[in-house]
Amino acid sequence: MYEGVVQDLVDELGRLPGIGPKSAQRIAFHLLAADATDVHRLAAVLAEVKEKVRFCSVCANVTEEELCRVCRDPRRDLALLCVVEEPKDVLAVERTREFRGRYHVLGGAISPIEGIGPEQLRIRELMVRLADGTVTEVIIATDPNLEGEATATYLTRLLRPMGLRVTRLASGLPVGGDLEYADEVTLGRAFEGRRSVDD
Amino acid sequence: MYVSLLELIDFRSYPHTEVPLAAGVSVFLGPNGQGKTNLVEAVDYIATQSSHRVSSDQPLVRSGADRAIVRAQVQRDDRQALIEVEINPGGSNRARLNGGQLTKAREALGILRTVLFSPDDLDLVKGDPSARRRFLDDLLVARQPRFAAVRSDYDRVLRQRNTLLKTAGRSGRSRPGDSALSTLEVWDAHLARTGAELLSARLSLTADLRPHLTKHYTEVAQTVPKPGGGNDADLSYRSSFPLPPGAVSRPELAEALLGQVAVRRDDELDRGVTLVGPHRDDVTFTLGWLPTRGYSSHGESWSFALALRLAAFSLLRSDGDDPVLILDDVFAELDDARRIRLAELVRETEQVLVTAAVPSDVPADLLEHRFDVRDAKVTGARAR
Ligand SMILES: Nc1ncnc2c1ncn2[C@@H]1O[C@H](COP(=O)(O)OP(=O)(O)OP(=O)(O)O)[C@@H](O)[C@H]1O
Ligand SMILES: [Mg+2]
Ligand SMILES: [Zn+2]
Repeated sequence: MYEGVVQDLVDELGRLPGIGPKSAQRIAFHLLAADATDVHRLAAVLAEVKEKVRFCSVCANVTEEELCRVCRDPRRDLALLCVVEEPKDVLAVERTREFRGRYHVLGGAISPIEGIGPEQLRIRELMVRLADGTVTEVIIATDPNLEGEATATYLTRLLRPMGLRVTRLASGLPVGGDLEYADEVTLGRAFEGRRSVDD
Repeated sequence: MYVSLLELIDFRSYPHTEVPLAAGVSVFLGPNGQGKTNLVEAVDYIATQSSHRVSSDQPLVRSGADRAIVRAQVQRDDRQALIEVEINPGGSNRARLNGGQLTKAREALGILRTVLFSPDDLDLVKGDPSARRRFLDDLLVARQPRFAAVRSDYDRVLRQRNTLLKTAGRSGRSRPGDSALSTLEVWDAHLARTGAELLSARLSLTADLRPHLTKHYTEVAQTVPKPGGGNDADLSYRSSFPLPPGAVSRPELAEALLGQVAVRRDDELDRGVTLVGPHRDDVTFTLGWLPTRGYSSHGESWSFALALRLAAFSLLRSDGDDPVLILDDVFAELDDARRIRLAELVRETEQVLVTAAVPSDVPADLLEHRFDVRDAKVTGARAR
């Protein structure tokens, strides 16, 4: 244990994802040794990001305005909706340039172990968006792992009775992985080869 | 195939050691607790990414270190492969193949294949069903490495589903449209899909294994055949739910499993665990008309355990390359007749690694490459 504020810093850093106690300690001492101006700049960005950045009121992608860049863009095809787990997945799909519709960010995947069920995800919001019939095809692009598949199955069962075309990305994505880490070519191909889901 | 070089860093009692190996029989000798089993355990770990002694990875890392590294140079036909596995008990393991990082450690499975005999093998016959399930699943992965993913998916489905069953059971199940119940159906579907994949693979594996088992048991036990196959060794798969009769396809198995899950719904909600599926299955071993469990003598049980490992070895050999045979402390446990049988197999196998406390435990003509193991240091190999 360190004294007072140093320990506070180590604790705070240790709460970030992917940072264990040892890394937290290393980062803390790096910050202590760094130039005051550098540390202040970091502190300012942290404060600013929290102040300015919020979630798009339509799709829950990150944005500095009411609507995100995609939802503001009049050239996007309103009939196509791509459902993803996280805002970072929007970025991954955008990089492929294969998709011209809009997005819906769920905020995670169904995982009972982590206490995440349909209520914890933005599924009610999705149903509201689909209600007026503008969207005719929903592409489910959850991660190609077990929880992503379970979420896709759940959504498919929910959406099919509404008479929509429901598609899932074609296989070829590395199984057990994260959408985020799929390279652009593979992900692009998966989009092109998407298929209707029977289950 | 054979291992030509083994390197351990912070694995078990070894801070750092390199052991050059050759094809043929290598015998590791030394008093108790010096690191003989640790050494062969490392070779087996490269092949299976699990240990025959412990279910968690923590004990594999030298106390005081935070990760262990095992490297093996493997010779297969004319090709060679350098496999490295880094064991991180806190996080996930990492593996490299010929210097290149693999996305998942389990992509390194199936390059080296091993069959390990140890005194604990008696558990296969006398122990819990889990020992027998593990025997089948390990063999499955050795034959078709992609089953490592199926197995881990199935385990994860089970954990997710059991958690959900517990919460759904608590929150009261009678409310229609309850979301816990609607997501339960999703996990039912995934349980049926992954469960059927595992089940169908185990069923065809047991079918492939049967003739090898019968043959090896007769050899090992040197029984006088009783009329009508009265003491033939056999095995049959015992599913935790009734299987549709006849040769069953994967979709049929999935459907049957899904049907059972529906039947057991209330039970499962009451108890908060998944009650049907391959995680509840077992294998019954029989000698003649009698099951080994509860009926076989100690000697018969030993012969059976040995015959099971030999059958696994023959099956892997029939797929192509010889697996590396590892005999951890087994000769000391065997009587003369069984020793001779095992020694015969050893002589015709490409590479065999043997551990023993004293040379007299090992048939004399097997002391080909001899290593001494003392205090986690390996010296040798001296020609006999
Ligand atoms: N993670 C670890 N860190 C340090 N030492 C360990 C670790 N795991 C095991 N050991 C030590 O390794 C020794 C056991 O080694 P091993 O099982 O290889 O013995 P052995 O030579 O096969 O003996 P035996 O003839 O009794 O079978 C024990 O002394 C144990 O304390
Ligand atoms: Mg030992
Ligand atoms: Zn948006």
